[in-house]
Amino acid sequence: MTATTVTDHRHAAPRGGRLRDGTSVREPWAGTGHLLRLALRRDRIRILIWFVAIVGTVAATVPALEVAYPDAAARQARAALMTNPSAVMMTGPAFGLDDYTLGAMVANELSLSLFVTVAVMSVLLTVRHTRSEEESGRTELLRGLPVGHYAPATAALVHVAAVNAAIGAGTALALLGSGLAAASSLAMGLATAVTGLVFGAVASVMTQVTAHARAATGMAMVVLAAAFLARGVGDVIDAQGSWLSWLSPLAWAQQTRLFVDLRWWPLGLSLALTVVLLAVSVRLARHRDLGAGLRPERGGHAIATRGLLSGPGLAVRLLRGTIIGWAIGLVLMGITFGSLANSLEDMLAEVPDLGAWIGMGSGDLIDAFAAAMLSYLVFGVGAFAVGAVLRLKTEEEAGRGEAVLATGASRLGWVASWFGVVVAAAVVMLVLSGLGLGLGVQAATGSADATARLVGAALVYLPAVLVMAGLALALFGLVPAFAGLAWVLVAWVVFVGWVGALLDLPEVLVGLSPVDRTPTVPVEAADGGPLLVLTAIAAVLAVAGLLGIRRRDIRSN
Amino acid sequence: MTAIRTENLVKTFGTTRALDGFDLTVETGQVAGFLGPNGAGKSTTIRVLLGMLRADSGTATVLGMDPFRDAVAVHRRLAYVAGDVSLWPNLTGGEIVDLLTRVHSGQARRDARRADLLERFELDPTKKARTYSKGNRQKVALVAALCTDAELYLFDEPTSGLDPLMEAVFTDEVRALREAGRTVLLSSHILAEVEKLCDTVTIIRSGRAVETGTLADLRHLTRSSVTASTVADPARLAAMPGVHDLVAEDSRLRFDVDDARIGAVLAALTEAGVSHLTVTPPSLEELFMRHYGDETVEAGV
Repeated sequence: MTATTVTDHRHAAPRGGRLRDGTSVREPWAGTGHLLRLALRRDRIRILIWFVAIVGTVAATVPALEVAYPDAAARQARAALMTNPSAVMMTGPAFGLDDYTLGAMVANELSLSLFVTVAVMSVLLTVRHTRSEEESGRTELLRGLPVGHYAPATAALVHVAAVNAAIGAGTALALLGSGLAAASSLAMGLATAVTGLVFGAVASVMTQVTAHARAATGMAMVVLAAAFLARGVGDVIDAQGSWLSWLSPLAWAQQTRLFVDLRWWPLGLSLALTVVLLAVSVRLARHRDLGAGLRPERGGHAIATRGLLSGPGLAVRLLRGTIIGWAIGLVLMGITFGSLANSLEDMLAEVPDLGAWIGMGSGDLIDAFAAAMLSYLVFGVGAFAVGAVLRLKTEEEAGRGEAVLATGASRLGWVASWFGVVVAAAVVMLVLSGLGLGLGVQAATGSADATARLVGAALVYLPAVLVMAGLALALFGLVPAFAGLAWVLVAWVVFVGWVGALLDLPEVLVGLSPVDRTPTVPVEAADGGPLLVLTAIAAVLAVAGLLGIRRRDIRSN
Repeated sequence: MTAIRTENLVKTFGTTRALDGFDLTVETGQVAGFLGPNGAGKSTTIRVLLGMLRADSGTATVLGMDPFRDAVAVHRRLAYVAGDVSLWPNLTGGEIVDLLTRVHSGQARRDARRADLLERFELDPTKKARTYSKGNRQKVALVAALCTDAELYLFDEPTSGLDPLMEAVFTDEVRALREAGRTVLLSSHILAEVEKLCDTVTIIRSGRAVETGTLADLRHLTRSSVTASTVADPARLAAMPGVHDLVAEDSRLRFDVDDARIGAVLAALTEAGVSHLTVTPPSLEELFMRHYGDETVEAGV
């Protein structure tokens, strides 16, 4: 919200800005209003999609919860499940479990997915309007016009703030419309907006550090993942939030105790952090030139290595950073998730009847927990695979695909070797996810075979990941302009996995998620039937994509 | 032998007709120039010849093969420099040259030729492509293409972004290719470049070949500018076939005349008596301007 204090240069008197050597520049914000309108114009469809997806989900969820949990008894039964560490990891600090009202349910079980979604959106939008523009040279084009030094960055921030404000307002209205308490509805809307803003500010710092948009996005996402884990582990340590939770901006929004015992002040932390991060960002910006990062670019090899020149060498090289980043992230997440398994045993010790009540012993409970965690890690592998396949589209549109093809590489060879690299990397990531999770569980419970069993279990998800990657390849090969729609499947998989059970979605819709179709190993046996079907679907999609690329035009910008 | 032949090529993008019945023939061993303004269809043509685009109708043959169906076989025998060179930002120039030259010989060329070209184009191969200027990116693509021992070279506006010294290096290289009997198709909107290098020229406008032939052929079809001090009747001269844009100021006349008609017009002038006469031969520049500069194209040549 702080960024909105600067709106339009026409209303702001020309103020002095200062560059790194202390030089003051005149009219540093000239043209901000124009740039803001340009950003809004470029993003009008994008904003609409985010708005409808987020606010629409909120508006649809509350009535759905009323249907699924019609009375206090039903909600109370649900509340009993909420102290399970796998539930805590994906929800929030458990306020009001003893009187689990509809509002408490919304706050506990819906708010985290909402905050994470706006955080992701804010990171993507911030990088899109700052570093991506700079990297492409468009910022320079605009700065050649009478546009101030700070105008592009300010316009981007106001833009992100405005989108968050709109989504926050929409959320508040949707909650109010569902008949929930007014003050907490407003607070949840505000919490949504400021949480988005915090991560927009995080992204803005990252765009100063690195000269590459993709790296800036990745680094901001790492911060988001760390914030997610900190509050998850923190909330497992203490159900209403421990010291660890308080390190996470996601927790601040949840610590408002929405619909239970509302307090506003944690949102002040979010606003304060936003201000601090923006100040850091401005400070860093003064120490660099347009288009540059903080570190000067280093030189490299004058000749290509044999590896780079081999068939899949280029794909490996181009995807290397992405693969390493995801691999490290998944291992760390797996270990963190897995190490929460010991609190399951604490839970059983505290409530001895629980095991009998849900019909599981300690070992089964750990398996169920591990199965749930594993399916969440698979979201990451799926997102990696789709993103990596869609890089083919970037390569094509930049004209680099054409350059490779003109050297005598076949279209089929180019795409198939790329896809092969993605599949191989996905296999490695599944293994690493299972390995991390298994090591965590093993360390927490002393279960000797956990690692081996979970690595095997993780690989059962390969067909589901292949379906996601295959869809991306099919869209790329057949209708490249719409290849980005492959993300819809990833979003659906995450949505179904995260809130599908809560919302009691129709079986048909849930079944569209290939991850949901996969047996929940290690609780269930790895039934070959669904896996074969998924593999067949993936194969059909991949072949369709490969045939498509052979027939269609190679596009260039 | 014909290296490139297209007949009645049509390619549409949505409602835009990028190529509209385009014909082009390039004989083996020729350096063919391909002139046209932005958006005339030069890059589209080259991308059809590369098999990146499939024409809606018409035929294209490159080195005796179908460039779409036999793309890989065609590509093994040609080298290509795109008009808008985009490189992998985190690879070095040297790595990219190796990548783009690897396929022809199975492995990258690391010989004296590569080193020589890098030196002549003053390119530092250890720099990341991200840090290259537009001219340097162009040089990476040119070095890779010129390193390649190909039968056919396709250059799409190859000198855009190069300074005059580097243009001269490129000119030398193309001349060397011609002497070695290679075929070159070079698109450009820089006339001097085409005039310097090319045996034949095809002018493309709105997806059609509006003129094609050797430079001499084209000049034959063009107009010369005439100024004359004469007592001849301006109205009579203006009515003569082949005379255009006649302006009379007292006894001074200025007009353009189709080169094919110049004899008859000069005879008429001489007959009437002429005290001063200049005839300026057409530069390719004027020829070019006439095709893109005004309505005379619609009137037909």
